[in-house]
Amino acid sequence: MKNRYSIFSLIKNAFSYHENWEKAWKDPTPKKEYDAVIVGGGGHGLATAYYLAKKHNMKNIAVVEKGWIGGGNTGRNTTIIRSNYLWDASAGLYNHALKIWEGLSQELNYNVMFSQRGVMNLAHNLQDVRDLKRRTHANRLNGIDAEYLNTEEVKKFCPIINTSPDIRYPVLGGTLQRRAGTARHDAVAWGYARGADEMGVDIIQNCEVKAIKRNGDKVEGLETTKGFIKTNKIGVVAAGHSSVIANMAGLKLPLESKPLQALVSEPVKPIIDTVVMSNAVHAYVSQSDKGELVIGAGTDDYISYSQKGSHDIVEGTLNAILELYPIFSRMRMLRQWGGIVDICPDASPIISKTSIKGLYFNCGWGTGGFKATPGSGDLFAHTIANDEPHELNAAFNINRFVSGDLVDEHGAAAVAH
Amino acid sequence: MFIINCPFCGEREQSEFKAGGEAHIERPKQPTELSDDEWAEYLFMRKNIKGIQFERWNHIHGCRKWFNMVRDTSNDEIKAIYKMGEKPPVK
Repeated sequence: MKNRYSIFSLIKNAFSYHENWEKAWKDPTPKKEYDAVIVGGGGHGLATAYYLAKKHNMKNIAVVEKGWIGGGNTGRNTTIIRSNYLWDASAGLYNHALKIWEGLSQELNYNVMFSQRGVMNLAHNLQDVRDLKRRTHANRLNGIDAEYLNTEEVKKFCPIINTSPDIRYPVLGGTLQRRAGTARHDAVAWGYARGADEMGVDIIQNCEVKAIKRNGDKVEGLETTKGFIKTNKIGVVAAGHSSVIANMAGLKLPLESKPLQALVSEPVKPIIDTVVMSNAVHAYVSQSDKGELVIGAGTDDYISYSQKGSHDIVEGTLNAILELYPIFSRMRMLRQWGGIVDICPDASPIISKTSIKGLYFNCGWGTGGFKATPGSGDLFAHTIANDEPHELNAAFNINRFVSGDLVDEHGAAAVAH
Repeated sequence: MFIINCPFCGEREQSEFKAGGEAHIERPKQPTELSDDEWAEYLFMRKNIKGIQFERWNHIHGCRKWFNMVRDTSNDEIKAIYKMGEKPPVK
């Protein structure tokens, strides 16, 4: 049993200059055989392992990660959490996650700094207004909190927005989900890793999967840089590299991997206490607890695994930011980075079994996976443990691209998505 | 960001172009006879290669013509550019 984090453990460790804190997770060498192996040690992968151990009593499992945990898209996103999706299937999925977020710090005994500061989506033309009103109604029917705000209410909620009618894309209104917000993304990975490790999950870093061994239509194990690991259940949560892993098993996925960029400014005093997104001008911004503005840009339209995007994408985003927030015009940007996101044709995720027995995929989260981390892990764990999807992720099966029953959130969600 | 040598216009910035995805996906000759699986394969399934990929590009803010490209998607290095209808250069 790990020592619990508390004010008392903090004081106790202060006496030894914080040099004797117990390691949050071990650094084990892989065993020869596991009941299940999760490929990918990001938030979704670690959450999957955590819920497999916690809810499905599968303790002899491992997470293999080619780099370090949380070093991929988990540490590269803009940390926004919301569940105001249009379609029933998506609303169910993302709201399931939001409900887990609300108790996650307590459950993990790890402060993930979940902050329900609200997410506002802006409308800039008549069609946006109609779409957002429709989405507000759809959300309410699904039990998701949603409000529609007019221009004055937008200004009141976030005073630094330029609501002047003479800008290129004037603000005509917006939606607000008050339960939405942000969380500290690294803490989510670390918290799940610590929780999973405590229940006996092996978290193996610097261990890249090189091949998947199949026997007919069944998986038998993984060839990795740390040797062969025997297992008959493999859950792949490899985000941008999902197609690469699928290829090892002779599968093709409906994914394209593209760079998505984000940037942060120099830290400043509190200026924006919510998250504001605008789909039409493609800009979204929030402020971290350190004071940096966190800005999300768009994806490039070409396939790339290079973890860097084009300059013109950043330029376009900053143009939009400056028009909406003239107050930021003298702000200097501190850092910019890219992550590789795997995008489905319908921009909805895949949490599914495959045609190969024992091989499961959790991918296609595209530009919006962070918010779903706890729900994704929970549902994927259910799918792996029972070899059947949970009712909440049944619609997100890989077979929808054959049946045509797509979850078409792409244009419908009215988000910078 | 990279420079693309359009076979019709010469070297231009990548932002002038639109990526058209994987190249050499042949449109089914008998669409009415396709099964659902074959439609899914044609419409949605992609190789999404990390490494040498054959893909289509359009010089959308230039001559607006389509052409093919061989590019290493792990570092965005362009290996070859060839016109539509031409045989892809062998690796």
